[in-house]
Amino acid sequence: MSETEQQRADCAPPISTEPGISGTAEPTDDAEAARVRKAIRSELAKDARVEPVRPADRGPPVITLEHVSLSFDQPILEDISLGVCKGDTVVIVGESGAGKSTILRLILRLLMPDSGKVIVNGKDIAGLSFEDALAERRHMGMVFQSAALFDSLTVYENVAYPLREHTHMGEDEIEATVRKKLEIVDLDPDRVMQRLPAELSGGMRKRVGIARGLANDPDIMLYDEPTSGLDPMTTARITRLIMKLERDLGVTSVVVSHDIRAANRMASAIAVLANQRIVFFGTPEEMAASDDPYIQDFLGGL
Amino acid sequence: MTASPTAESRAPSLAARLNDWAKQRVSAVQDRTILAWKAVRFMFGRPFYLTDVIQQMDSIGVESLGIVVLTGFFTGMVLALQSSVSLQTFGATIYLGRLVAASMIRELGPVLAGLMVAGRVGSGIAAQIGSMRVTEQIDALNTLGTDPIRKLVTPRLIAALVMMPILTIINDMVGIIGGNVISTLIVGVPSSLYWRTVWDQIAGDGFTLSYIPNDFVQGLSKPFVFGGIIALTACYHGLNTTGGTEGVGKATTQTVVGASISILIVDYFMTQLLLAILSTG
Repeated sequence: MSETEQQRADCAPPISTEPGISGTAEPTDDAEAARVRKAIRSELAKDARVEPVRPADRGPPVITLEHVSLSFDQPILEDISLGVCKGDTVVIVGESGAGKSTILRLILRLLMPDSGKVIVNGKDIAGLSFEDALAERRHMGMVFQSAALFDSLTVYENVAYPLREHTHMGEDEIEATVRKKLEIVDLDPDRVMQRLPAELSGGMRKRVGIARGLANDPDIMLYDEPTSGLDPMTTARITRLIMKLERDLGVTSVVVSHDIRAANRMASAIAVLANQRIVFFGTPEEMAASDDPYIQDFLGGL
Repeated sequence: MTASPTAESRAPSLAARLNDWAKQRVSAVQDRTILAWKAVRFMFGRPFYLTDVIQQMDSIGVESLGIVVLTGFFTGMVLALQSSVSLQTFGATIYLGRLVAASMIRELGPVLAGLMVAGRVGSGIAAQIGSMRVTEQIDALNTLGTDPIRKLVTPRLIAALVMMPILTIINDMVGIIGGNVISTLIVGVPSSLYWRTVWDQIAGDGFTLSYIPNDFVQGLSKPFVFGGIIALTACYHGLNTTGGTEGVGKATTQTVVGASISILIVDYFMTQLLLAILSTG
């Protein structure tokens, strides 16, 4: 365990140590009650978490953000540093509108940082041309908040889309792959393949979105709010699915979520984003043990 | 860069606002030029989405046939009716066919077909691409390794460039037939005379490779350009949609208004240019 901790520290570049939110919060009046609550949370976090199997050689971070800042009309991200190692699942949590999805867009190079570096698979995205970036994205799968299925295409064509774009597979091979990917996400291929996205429920659309993201066998999966707007059953199902992918396929994942419960279950590390900065980056246990009042407030939802 | 807004940024001066406005205009022109350039360049490269091109030809061309035929027929009829009044005062109603053909082919055919297609197809393209933008489908295309311009804009541009001249020819033809109906039934010009004057107008001076009549050049170059204006305006506003479903509505309106006005303005300058070139040549 301690060795893992050490390696994780390698993967996590020093985060900004400025007080941020923590300095402004009121001190807790009832220290004893807070201590008990923290202990309970810590226990809960241990119960809920399933330790994923990790490859022995974790290697250098697959995704690195170094002092990334970005602003449009107003600042979105300020001095964000983050490292994601191979096979890890990093969950970025934070309030709505805190810029969580923007980080995924930076990793995909749908956006460019104003300053700082975004390095994916050893390549600085700033150095990539638009065409190179298109090619680079073939190694990544993205699950959008709204699933973003092409609504003029059937489920089959949606999942087959990346295969048709990037491979020279024959129709038989494409069908076999599509079936396999739909089965991975617990959908019955014969029932859903010929349906249009509009005919599916929200949870099914999300799962088709995951299947499409997986079609090209990516090394990196990015999830934008994979469980938002879903009932608790479907949320648990999708959380399990993301954990299964990490365990079985060794996929590196970055998950953006505001669901702290789901985050605790699947994360190897959690980053908390507040006021454009990362105010916490560590394991769920470390998070549960944190003294930071903001983090405790955030965990209040547990 | 700075987190706290300075006094300057809180209350921008008139000069600063003018400067911002001008910068916005210039960058919009730049964005459109880049879009057009890329869309044209992708016509000659792989991957080429042939299925999308054919699908777009169907939705831009074939499905617009109805409104174009209706527009053409009634325009031809009203044109014949109105001009017969003026021509009668000079006893020149035998030139009715000639007048209808010239007006339809040179101006009304291309412009009216352009305006109708801008309304019907332009709005459709903007709404479709705009909703793809706000539902993250454009981002999804990008993520799956497809250039949205190659996949969405180029097929629509090709389809519009090919289908607009064809629609215009049909529009012209139906309009001239409409004029024929009025000239025979109401004005009393016999059909044979009407069609002979139409032919005189179109190709009375002959038609060879070295001499292509004015009407052909004007009548076919205009709809080609209008097709490009419609497709690119619609795709530009669609791709730049922001602000959810409301934004889609705004993009649609901007497309129809922008494309229609551009068509009318470009029509004037193209006419002047073509007349200058063709009269000297």
